[in-house]
Amino acid sequence: MRPFNYSNAGEPATAIATVSANPGAKFLGGGTNLVDLMKEDVMHPSALVDITRLKLADVAKTATGVTIGGTATNSFTANHELIRKNYPLLSMAILAGASAQIRNMATNGGNLNQRTRCTYFYDVNLPCNKREPGSGCGALKGVNRNHAIFGWSEKCVAVYPSDMAIALAALDAVVHVEGNNNVKRTINFADFHRLPGDTPEKDNNLKPGELILSIELPANDFAERSYYLKIRERSSYAFALVSVAAAMALEGNRIKQVRIALGGVAHKPWRASVAEKWLIGKEATETNFRAAAEVELKNARPLEHNKFKVAMAQKAIARALQGAMQGGEYGLEG
Amino acid sequence: MEDQPKFPDLTDAERKVLEDLMPDEMSEIITSGMKRRHFLKLITYTGTSLLATHFIGIEQLMARTTAGAPLPPPPTGIDNGVNVTFNVNGRAQKLLVDSRMTLLDALRERLALTGSKKGCDHGQCGACTVLIDGRRVLACLTLAATCEEKAVTTIEGLAKEETLHPMQAAFIKHDGFQCGYCTPGQICSAVALMSEAKNGEASYVTSNVRQTGKPVKLSDEEIQERMSGNICRCGAYPNIVDAIREVHGDKAVAQVWQFADGTI
Repeated sequence: MRPFNYSNAGEPATAIATVSANPGAKFLGGGTNLVDLMKEDVMHPSALVDITRLKLADVAKTATGVTIGGTATNSFTANHELIRKNYPLLSMAILAGASAQIRNMATNGGNLNQRTRCTYFYDVNLPCNKREPGSGCGALKGVNRNHAIFGWSEKCVAVYPSDMAIALAALDAVVHVEGNNNVKRTINFADFHRLPGDTPEKDNNLKPGELILSIELPANDFAERSYYLKIRERSSYAFALVSVAAAMALEGNRIKQVRIALGGVAHKPWRASVAEKWLIGKEATETNFRAAAEVELKNARPLEHNKFKVAMAQKAIARALQGAMQGGEYGLEG
Repeated sequence: MEDQPKFPDLTDAERKVLEDLMPDEMSEIITSGMKRRHFLKLITYTGTSLLATHFIGIEQLMARTTAGAPLPPPPTGIDNGVNVTFNVNGRAQKLLVDSRMTLLDALRERLALTGSKKGCDHGQCGACTVLIDGRRVLACLTLAATCEEKAVTTIEGLAKEETLHPMQAAFIKHDGFQCGYCTPGQICSAVALMSEAKNGEASYVTSNVRQTGKPVKLSDEEIQERMSGNICRCGAYPNIVDAIREVHGDKAVAQVWQFADGTI
C-alpha cells in the first residue's frame, strides 16, 4: 500500500473542506472496499479522512418518510425497526450483500460509492478505462460473463455491485449531499449513478469533495408486497449474477403501483421501467409478470459470455414479483 | 528431574498429553532423533489428542495465551504515524502505527496476539474476524489508526483464565475444525452471532424481516447464512453448525464422532 496521511474529522464541514482542498484525498467509511483497492494499488489516495465518527449515523422518521444516515452501518440500517417494518425491501437487499462482518463495517454512503468488482478493473496489469482512462476495456472482447447486458458502452461493460442500491433505486430514494462551503443539494436516486458512456471513470454524479449526509426514503405502500431476489454462484457471500428488487401496491387484484430494479446487469441500478409501465393496471398474475419481464428483456444487449443473463433476469423478475405477492417471505417465490 | 525430556516449545499441559499417550517413546525421540515411524505416530497422536476433551490438559492448552511473548521494539520516526490508544482483550494499549497498518497486523506483529489469522488479507475469508465493541468485523480491512478508543476482542480474549468460552468448548466437542487455521475467526464470528440472535437481528434467509422480535431462534439454514463470511477450506461446516447449535440452544447436541475403539 502506498503511503497516505490519516486524519479524523470531527465535523462534516471539516471533512469536506479537507477532501475538497486535496484532489488525492478520500473519505474513509468502513473501508471494506477502499482499503482492499488500496492493497491492490487500484486506488492510491494521498490522504484519508475518517468520517465514521461524524454524527451522521442515525435512522429516523421524517415528515415524509424515513432518513438513513450516510455513516450508519449497513447492519444497523437493515435491522432498524423503522426499516424492517416500512421498507423490508431495503432490509432484504442489504442482508443479501457481503457477510455479517462486512455489513457491520460498511456504511450506507460507502455502499453507494463502492467500485465495480470487474476483474479487469481490479487487476492493475490489465487494461481498464475505469481505472486508467484511455487504456481500453479488457472485458469488452475478453471474459465478460459477469458483465452488463444493459446500458454499456464500448468504453466499459462493468456492472455495479451493490445490493442495497438496487432496493434504493426501486424505492425512489433521494441522496442528500454536502459540498465545500456548506453547499447542500439533493440527488434523485435514478440520477445518482451513471451509465459509463465515454467517462466510465466516473461511477456517479457526486462532485469532488461532496459527502453523502443521508439517504431519504419517501413513504410508500409497498411494505406488504416487496421482495429482493438475488441469484449468485453460491447461496451466500457472493456478488449477484442478477438480482431483482420488486415492490407492488394493489387495488383489488390490479396493480396500482409497481417498482422493479435490477442488479448485476448494468453500470448502475437498472430500473425496469418498460416492465413497470406494462404492468400498471393489469392483474397481478404470474402470466402477466412473465409477459412484463419479457418485454423488458427485449431491450437487453448481452455480450459474448453473458447471454444467459437475459433468460436469468427475465425469470428472476417474474419470481421476484411472485415473491412480493407472497408477502415478501423468504423462499416462497418458487 | 534431569531425565525429564526437554521440549522447550511445549507447555506442561502439552507435555502431559504427549506423555500420557506415549511415555516409552519420548526419550528415544529426544536422544536418538526422530525416526519416520515415530514421527508419524507422534503427529497422529498429537492431532488426535487435540480433540480429546477427556484429557485434563486440553482445556489449559486451548486457553493458553501468548502473554509474555517478546514484543518487537516500538517503531520511531515513521512517516504518517498515528498514535492509537485502544483496548485489546481488556488491556489498554498505546501504539504508534503507520497509517497503512491494519488492525490484523497490529495485533499480530505489534501485540504478539497471533490467534487472529491472515487468510486472504482481502476480506474474503473471515480468518481475521475479531470483535470491535462487541460486533464482528474483519481485522484485515480495518486500519489500526481507526481503532482509537475502541475495544477489541480477539480469540485470546474469549476464555476466562483457564475456562474456555462455551463456543470454544463446543468447537472441541463437535470437532469444528481440521487444520484449525480458520478456527479463531470462526469462533469469534460465532460468538458475535449469539449476540446478534439475542438482539433479534435478521438475515437474508429470515422468513419475514417485517416480523421483529427477540431473541431469534436459529435454524441450521440461518446459522449457515449468518456464518457465510467465514470460509473453512477443510470443510468442517456441519460440525461448526453443530457447535453453534449447542451454544445457541438449550439442550446439548450429540457428539457424532468417536475414536476407532468406540470411546469418545
